[in-house]
Amino acid sequence: MIRNSASEMASKLASGDVTSVQLTQAHLDQIAAVDKQVHAFLHIDTEGALAQAAAVDLKRKNGDKLSPLAGVPLALKDVMTQKGIPTTCGSKILEGWRPPYDSTVVANLKKNDIVILGKTNMDEFAMGSSTENSAYGPTHNPWDLSRIPGGSGGGSAAALAAFEAPLAIGTDTGGSIRQPAAVTGTVGVKPTYGGVSRFGLVAFSSSLDQAGPCARTVLDAALLHEAIAGHDPKDSTSINAPVPAVVAAAKAGNVKGMKIGVVKELNGDGYQPGVRKRFEESLELLAAAGAEIVEVSAPNFEYALAAYYLIAPSECSSNLARFDAMRYGLRVGDVEGASAESVMNLTREVGFGREVKRRIILGTYALSSGYYDAYYGSAQKVRTLITQDFNKAFEIADVLVSPTCPTTAFKIGEKADDPLAMYLNDIATIPVNMAGIGGMSLPSGVADEDGLPVGFQIMAPVMKDERMYSVGASLEASLLSKWGAPLLSTIPALAGSK
Amino acid sequence: MTSLSRDDVAKLAGLARIEMSDEELVALSNEFTVILDAVARVQEVAGEDVAATSHPLPLRNVFRPDVVIPSLSPQDALSGAPAQEEQRFRVPQILGEE
Repeated sequence: MIRNSASEMASKLASGDVTSVQLTQAHLDQIAAVDKQVHAFLHIDTEGALAQAAAVDLKRKNGDKLSPLAGVPLALKDVMTQKGIPTTCGSKILEGWRPPYDSTVVANLKKNDIVILGKTNMDEFAMGSSTENSAYGPTHNPWDLSRIPGGSGGGSAAALAAFEAPLAIGTDTGGSIRQPAAVTGTVGVKPTYGGVSRFGLVAFSSSLDQAGPCARTVLDAALLHEAIAGHDPKDSTSINAPVPAVVAAAKAGNVKGMKIGVVKELNGDGYQPGVRKRFEESLELLAAAGAEIVEVSAPNFEYALAAYYLIAPSECSSNLARFDAMRYGLRVGDVEGASAESVMNLTREVGFGREVKRRIILGTYALSSGYYDAYYGSAQKVRTLITQDFNKAFEIADVLVSPTCPTTAFKIGEKADDPLAMYLNDIATIPVNMAGIGGMSLPSGVADEDGLPVGFQIMAPVMKDERMYSVGASLEASLLSKWGAPLLSTIPALAGSK
Repeated sequence: MTSLSRDDVAKLAGLARIEMSDEELVALSNEFTVILDAVARVQEVAGEDVAATSHPLPLRNVFRPDVVIPSLSPQDALSGAPAQEEQRFRVPQILGEE
């Protein structure tokens, strides 16, 4: 049962074949059986999840009108506040903090009766591509436990691949939903910036952060997308427009007559041969399904990584100033006569990990007087150039595509001491965040050389998110008929797995 | 090649309110030489004629009617406080510094 898609689970709930309490318990049992190996979760809310499941079962019994995913369990990235539930962002500075309010995403999940199982592991404050920067230890990739599950949302992606949850919430600042999806053989979507409220999403880089759905199928992602998206008066950057019709697009999966643009700069040198081979194969399948494949060029994308590693640290140095040891979270050195400043300095020394400190210092430098124009100012100009590249490309093509990541999952520890090598993981995902458009990653198979999952990325213009789902669902269907079974049915079984 | 000395990093750490050991300062100063070289590439294309983008959306001020709605109770607001006294956050001394 836990290996079903979320929509299959929803049908079984609707027909009365299973109750939400049974379904939730089955997932809690799986978590108990495998999470010691995977470490996808930081907190499991057994009592809360079962209570929520019982409540939805009662509503169903009473004949209440329910939303499509009512009663289906979900794993929540630990960067989202949930009232009364520990929210750490993978950081020691928030250890033990229980937020007094729900994020809008959580409020929407509850409104849709989606059962929240617990909070998933992540790189500290979403800064990283491997989940190794979590203060609570790394998450392991269920395909190969010695490898990274991607990051920052490695916990959410690993929970899906380990059948600990059929749905999860992620957040994506430079690829933190899409890259983990790619390396775990799952689906992840970064909606258009402003499509999903940021209220209660602990901010890393406010102009780039966006929450989105993680799932095992394109249709499941679409159902979750519609459940969490929409205008929110509590977020001034939330777009006040109807949610794109992503479920209808995922159900139709039609690419006939669509123009699909291959981004020349996001393929080639530096991309693993097995990644390129799966990408080419997917293009052939899309062409066979009736899409027209064209090549587009985005010459300024090569500067995206450099600009990102100025903009994101600059914004984080400002956002993370709120962790000042005064109103919540850790406080260190509060002895008789100690000044507020020394308490702040000591708390932030102990509370923040290495990568977070590195980025705060880099951002402080990029924003400092005398360097502002050369670094932050120049990065903002690159942002304009990248957006212009996208605009030109979307004049030629309806969507753009590329491999999601240059390589498959690397070994835990392999890049931990080389920040620049680590940053290169995000080379194909970052441009999307810079322009605020939508991006999706779905599995395109495994690489011949290592048997590990490869991701296929689809990018769509602002508020045209439904196009990603049309293309994603079409490719998913073609691949499924080629393979005969979903990719995750081939994942090696974890010890003790149900 | 841009580089930051140990003392430069110490100054930035002070501005960012992060205490750092000597070992950490030296390590960061070494890393920054490499990282700054990589990010400085933005200057190659950031010409005078290119406008800056600070945000993906055209941000405008948003207004709403001033309606009274429930807010956090004092108990909820103080629920995460490291220290509290008389229904207030208790903080270390902020005056009397140089």
